[in-house]
Amino acid sequence: MFQRFVRTLLYSFKSLLLHKLRAGLAVLGILIGVTAVIWLVALGEGVSYQAQQQIKELGATNIILKSVKPSASSSSGRSFIVEYGLTREDYDRILEGVPTIERAVPMREITSTVRAGTREADVNLIGCTAAWFDINSLSGARGRILTDRDIEERQNIAVIAAETAESLFGYEDPLGKTIEIAANNRVDVYLVVGQTKSRMPSASIGSSLEGRDYNQDVYIPLSTFRSRIGDQVVTSRTGSMEGELVELSQITVTVGDLSQVDDASDIIEILLEKYHGSKGDFSVTIPMELLKQAEMLRMMFNVLLVVIAGISLFVGGIGIMNIMLATVTERTREIGVRRAMGASQTDIIEQFLAETMVLSGLGGIAGVVCGFLCRPANFGVLWVIENWLPEIWRSLPPTIQQLQPIIAPWSIIAAFCISVGVGVVFGLYPARRAALMDPIEALRHE
Amino acid sequence: MELAGQIDDLHKYYYLGNQVVKALRGVTAEFPGGDFVAIMGSSGSGKSTLLNVLGGLDRPTSGRYVIAGNDVSTLTDHELSAIRNKLIGFIFQSYNLISQFTVLENIRMPLSYRPDRPPMTREDIDWCTELALQVGLGDRLDHRPHQLSGGQQQRVAIARALVNGPAIILADEPTGNLDSSTSAEIIEILNRLNAEGRTIIMVTHEPEIAREAKRQIYMKDGLIAGDGIFPG
Repeated sequence: MFQRFVRTLLYSFKSLLLHKLRAGLAVLGILIGVTAVIWLVALGEGVSYQAQQQIKELGATNIILKSVKPSASSSSGRSFIVEYGLTREDYDRILEGVPTIERAVPMREITSTVRAGTREADVNLIGCTAAWFDINSLSGARGRILTDRDIEERQNIAVIAAETAESLFGYEDPLGKTIEIAANNRVDVYLVVGQTKSRMPSASIGSSLEGRDYNQDVYIPLSTFRSRIGDQVVTSRTGSMEGELVELSQITVTVGDLSQVDDASDIIEILLEKYHGSKGDFSVTIPMELLKQAEMLRMMFNVLLVVIAGISLFVGGIGIMNIMLATVTERTREIGVRRAMGASQTDIIEQFLAETMVLSGLGGIAGVVCGFLCRPANFGVLWVIENWLPEIWRSLPPTIQQLQPIIAPWSIIAAFCISVGVGVVFGLYPARRAALMDPIEALRHE
Repeated sequence: MELAGQIDDLHKYYYLGNQVVKALRGVTAEFPGGDFVAIMGSSGSGKSTLLNVLGGLDRPTSGRYVIAGNDVSTLTDHELSAIRNKLIGFIFQSYNLISQFTVLENIRMPLSYRPDRPPMTREDIDWCTELALQVGLGDRLDHRPHQLSGGQQQRVAIARALVNGPAIILADEPTGNLDSSTSAEIIEILNRLNAEGRTIIMVTHEPEIAREAKRQIYMKDGLIAGDGIFPG
């Protein structure tokens, strides 16, 4: 059985060699279709992989609570100081109220101006605890990062980020030097004890989480922030004064296990809504949810790409059908001879189906080979744009600039199977036409 | 002697639009095993149609055709194909070799349609080579049809017709495209095959070829006009 199958395929191959150009063009049609499937899926996977990595950096077992400034209409009274957001009480309630909680990391953040000598830098001033560095994958490049003891001792010490260090101290070692941090119209002096390694900024994910640049930060102990700067921060901007009263800017809650994320976030939302009512002054971001959404998006994207690629395979199939119809007409006499020698209709169908399968199979194999060229091709195109068309390069979003296609194994298998399937489907009609020919007519055919 | 084939009141009509072409209008004949029959007649007399029906390539509109005990009208395409493969060897006027195949591949082609489609064995190939030797083409196994003369091509076709050891050989103007000396060679081969016990039914319009057969059937307007032993 197998031997016969192989023999049939071999003979098919031999007949196809009679018209190399014609067979080659039909193969090319399928090749393009298969390559399109593999490339498009690989590019799609590459893009969504980036998105997923960003979400995973947030930590899948995390729940991120943020203070959100309510829209102007809902702010109470005529006071120019707006009070909103998460409170230290919220923090305590969450710690007590969520049974599966592993830790909760509070953080307070404002924008501020920092000076060192004559140099000045606009920074994000962050009051945090030791765990902050851990959950944001920040590590020390020089000196040390903040510890639990620093929080207890409430000292005026700071850890600065890489870019901040560069703009304040150039290439000097910032350790042991002092910086002046201005807030609420007063200036405090802090001792620099460490510098963090530079970290890739995280991109924004949809509308639920904005991007974050970790390289322009200054970190001080949360307790120091509270005693030196306080909850109420007033900033003066050309003539008008603006103030806000916020206890905590963000609380990052970590639970023990992925399965506990949903329950914990429900509890937190109920808990917070009880005290915040409908003010809408906080947001809850669940990276796991984002991950699920991204996964959904990726699937929809893949379906779309496969549909597009499927169309090109369909066109390839039509090409195959076209040449098979020509082949059948051309070999009418051979069909007649074979029938006279005892070939049944099934034999004739098999013979021509085998030929289309060889065509589409070859196209499929060649397409898979070309599919593997996706990465070098992508690299080449990006390289050409980067070096020869720098203007276009700069206008590309980082997602494209850093795009690494990921060839999905399933796409290779699917593309190959579909191509052979296309061969069968589009070969069936010409083969049937050959089989149903009247043998006598076929023998007389000139 | 056992009958190789028997036809009884055979009719064959073709429908061309509104027109009915009556190619056979009630033909009755018997073909004993080991017979060598020449069917003669002018073109349009129905002799080719008769041969096609005898070969199982065409089914009669009405009437009975029994070949080796099987009534053709009751057979499926598959069964009829098997009968063509096992019992009948075809020889055509225009040889009908497959141009992309070599001599050897052409000869062994019917083997791939044997019942149950067994794989080709070493013995099969040896047998095909042996047949090629018998028709005098042992040194041309790798040639393609276009590299052979007409007579040589017809001899390949004869070897191909013999490969499954058929009881009946049907030849449709086997010498029609050949000169007289080559024709004589082909007729000699057919005579030899007949002497080995095979039934040969040959359509021809050349009296000197028909004369070589044991028996002649003359056809006219879809009917048998005469039947006899030539020269008689």
